[in-house]
Amino acid sequence: MGEMEQLRKEAESLKDQITAARKAVQDSTLQEAAAGITVVGRIQMKTRKTLRGHLAKIYAMHWSTDSKLCVSASQDGKLIVWDSVTTNKVNAIPLKSSWVMTCAYAPSGNLVACGGLDNMCSIYNLKGKDGNVKVMRELAAHTGYLSCCRFISDTEIITSSGDCTCILWDIETGTQKTVFAGHQGDCMSLAVAPDFKFFISGACDFTAKLWDIREGTCRQTFGGHESDVNAIGFFPNGNAVITGSDDATCKLFDLRADQELITYQDSSIMCGVTSLAPSLSGRLLLAGYDDFNVNIWDMLKAERVGKYMWKLYIPLENGRKVDPAEDSEGSSRVAAGTEH
Amino acid sequence: MQERSGFAQCQFKHSCLKVEMSSKTLSSGSIAQARRTVQQLRREARIERIKVSKASSDLMRYCGEHAKNDPLLMGIPTSENPFKDKKPCTVL
Repeated sequence: MGEMEQLRKEAESLKDQITAARKAVQDSTLQEAAAGITVVGRIQMKTRKTLRGHLAKIYAMHWSTDSKLCVSASQDGKLIVWDSVTTNKVNAIPLKSSWVMTCAYAPSGNLVACGGLDNMCSIYNLKGKDGNVKVMRELAAHTGYLSCCRFISDTEIITSSGDCTCILWDIETGTQKTVFAGHQGDCMSLAVAPDFKFFISGACDFTAKLWDIREGTCRQTFGGHESDVNAIGFFPNGNAVITGSDDATCKLFDLRADQELITYQDSSIMCGVTSLAPSLSGRLLLAGYDDFNVNIWDMLKAERVGKYMWKLYIPLENGRKVDPAEDSEGSSRVAAGTEH
Repeated sequence: MQERSGFAQCQFKHSCLKVEMSSKTLSSGSIAQARRTVQQLRREARIERIKVSKASSDLMRYCGEHAKNDPLLMGIPTSENPFKDKKPCTVL
C-alpha cells in the first residue's frame, strides 16, 4: 500500500474515532436537560439612538470595552468612532482603501483597526500626541481579503482572511507571530475567548475551528453546517461557541463535550446569518440575517422570542447595541427614531 | 480600476473572491499535506470530552446565575439607561 493510501485510511479511521468519541459522551441532549425550564417571555426592543454620518454601506462595527464608544467601517472610506450616548462622532478617520470589510476596537481603547480588499490590517492610534489619528502600522502578508480582525492587546491582533488562514501579529514590529492554517475555505470571522487563550474562526469550508493562540495549533474542528460559517462568537463563559451560517441556521457547540448541542432554525427562515451576539447571561442569542431582520433566540430552548427589522430599533445587549442590525447591508443608518 | 460600482455589486462571498472549496478527500494535494491532515486529526481525536448532560447543566446554571444582570431579560430602569433621553424639567 502506498503511503498516500495509508494516510487516507488513517485519516478516515481517525474521523470515525472522533465521531464515536463524541457519541460516547452523548448521554443526553440540551433539549432534554432544558425540558423543565420555560421559554423566556417575548423580548421588546426600543430604538434609542441613530448614528448618522456614513454616506454608504456600513460593513462592520465593534464596541469598545466601555460600552459607550464604538467604531464603524463604511464603504464610503471612513472609520468613525462614535460616542453612542451623545451620538457625537469622536473621530472620522479617512481610509487609504475604501474597500473595508471589518473593524475592531482595542480593549484598551487606544487603537482601532480595519481592513478589507486591500488584504491588509491597518492599525490607527486614537491617542496620538498631536491629537491627529494616524496609521500606526499596516500589517501585510495575507494573500486574500481581510474578513475580520480582533485585538488581543495593544501589541497583538488576530486577523482572518479570504486566503483561508488566520494570523497573530506583533503590532510593534508589524510582523507575523503565528499563522493558523487548516481551514479549506475563506475564513469569514473570528472571536477571541474571554480568557484570551483561544480564538475561534468560521469559514467557507462549513466548519468552525478552535485555536490555541500560544501553541499555534487547532484544538478542535466543528462541522455540521451545510454552508459557509459567516459569524461566530463565544458563549459568555468561554465554554461554548455559537456559529451563524449561510444555511440559515445558528448552532451552539460545547467545547468540553466537543460537539453541537443545539441548532437554531425555523422553516420560515430561509436566508443566511450574517452576524450574531449572545446576551450578557448567554440566555439570549441575537442573530442578524440577510433579509435585514434580527431574530432573538432563547438559547436554551431554541425558540424565537423576538424578531425585528433593522429600521425599527437598536437591539440592546447588556445596555449595549449589538452587531446584527448594523451588519446587514443597505444603509448608513443604524436605527430610526426614538419614540416607542 | 472599477471603483465604487464594481465594489457595490461585488458581494464578497458570492463571487469570484471565494476560494473554491477543495476536495474533502486526501486524493488531491501532496503527501506532506496528507501527513499534516492525519497529524491534525490525531490531535483532535485525543482530547478529553465531558458528558453532554454536564455540559448542558453547566450552561443552564451560568444562564440562571447571570440572568439578573442581563438587561435584555430584566429591563433597564430609566434612571440607569444611558441611552434613554431623559425628559427635561419644565420650569414654571
